[in-house]
Amino acid sequence: MSLLSKITITMKNEINEAHEAVETDSDASIKRKVVVPGETIATGEDYLPGEGTIREGENIIATRFGLGEEAGKVVRVISIFGAFIPRRNNVIIGRVTDITFNGWLIDVDSALQGFLPIDEVPRFINKNEMDQFLAIGDVVAAKIWSIKSRGIDLALKGKGLGRLEGGFIFRIIPSRVPRVIGREGSMINLIKEKTGCNITVGQNGWIWIKGQTVDNEILARKAVEFVADKVHITGLTEKVEEWFGENKK
Amino acid sequence: MTKEFKRTDGRKPGEIRKMSAKIGVVPNADGSALFAFGKTVAIAAVYGPRKLHPQHMQDPSTGILRCNYDLLSFSVDDRKKPGPSRRSQEISKVAGWALESAIDLKSFPNTVIDVQIYILQADAGTRTAGINAASMALAHAGIPMKDLVVSVAIGKQDKHIVADLTKEEEDYEEGEGATDFPVAKLANSDNFTLLQMDGKIQPERVKEILELSTKVGKEIYEAQKKALKEAICEDD
Repeated sequence: MSLLSKITITMKNEINEAHEAVETDSDASIKRKVVVPGETIATGEDYLPGEGTIREGENIIATRFGLGEEAGKVVRVISIFGAFIPRRNNVIIGRVTDITFNGWLIDVDSALQGFLPIDEVPRFINKNEMDQFLAIGDVVAAKIWSIKSRGIDLALKGKGLGRLEGGFIFRIIPSRVPRVIGREGSMINLIKEKTGCNITVGQNGWIWIKGQTVDNEILARKAVEFVADKVHITGLTEKVEEWFGENKK
Repeated sequence: MTKEFKRTDGRKPGEIRKMSAKIGVVPNADGSALFAFGKTVAIAAVYGPRKLHPQHMQDPSTGILRCNYDLLSFSVDDRKKPGPSRRSQEISKVAGWALESAIDLKSFPNTVIDVQIYILQADAGTRTAGINAASMALAHAGIPMKDLVVSVAIGKQDKHIVADLTKEEEDYEEGEGATDFPVAKLANSDNFTLLQMDGKIQPERVKEILELSTKVGKEIYEAQKKALKEAICEDD
């Protein structure tokens, strides 16, 4: 096997899409309720505090507003409002704001500035013609490589990442992205299938849609917004299929 | 004391005005809320965590909370001249401090959380209504918090300790006169984050004030909780 094909295979394995979201509402052992900060979710020594919770003596207390979830012994709060908080390996969509000598500055709609170094682009770029690859104002899907207090380092090495051409982008509340993607991408794949559109979902809440016709694109956008709106409902996939039955011509 | 003490609007001494609370009144903000004590109406909007400008204010060890309080010009009988005043700057500072201790700012270094509090209608107790609204708005913005902050103005009219004074009650002049004592605390513990006083009080009676504020705080917390929970459930 040639070296080149080996590299391609590793790259394929490395990153797929942003399917890291775990949706768990169909499991019977999971209890969910709306909690506010300071509210006790569970009492007892055997519970483990997860994301969005802290232990205070016997009690597990919520530190965020959202859906409190007890999955077995692990208690966590799923936040459904608020600004984007970057995590490593998140796929995000951003806009190029400036070009420096060794990379691009990218606005990712978060508190920190995104930076895409020229070395993290999977092909050779001539330093004098960087705007041929990404110009100011271009929209790009990238992966978060590392987060430092000064900014976010991005990379383009992976499937589906790169400059987004055509179509349009819009925003949803970033905390609802996991729902839009669904378990292992089930929700977004359903929407893609029904509308025949290309959709890239950024964890920062930016969503890019490109389809054959404008009608399909709008239908896809409405479907995504429908899902983002109904965060706390269980069995959402069936609801979306129903929704498509009503809204698809 | 010869005749029984009566409040001007017929409330019992420890009774607060009718509250109303609502989440999501400013769709463009990351979090927002409205909170009203009777005729006092406050809205709060939260933006962030976001990039802090000017850059020299950035702190790599923690995020910062920037709070701005103001009366809108139509909120009072005589038009309030727009723009920051001595009073609004002071209240912005103390409201920020009252909220700060509930928020986990350490997880957002170099950033700022902006809280804007505006009073739509003023009938005393504006800073407390503002803090209540801001606390809900912060929760709505998904910011990690130890607890919600509840705030209420406890007062003294002559010798009687009363909760949540109106403007009319604040201007009471008989006997010992009126005292205004705004308090903010964490809802589920006895940690006080704001204590101010305007007027006079016997040092030993401060304890009564704190006890009453704890009792009333629970009612406020329930109102905040209800509004937050409704914000999620109303979508069905």
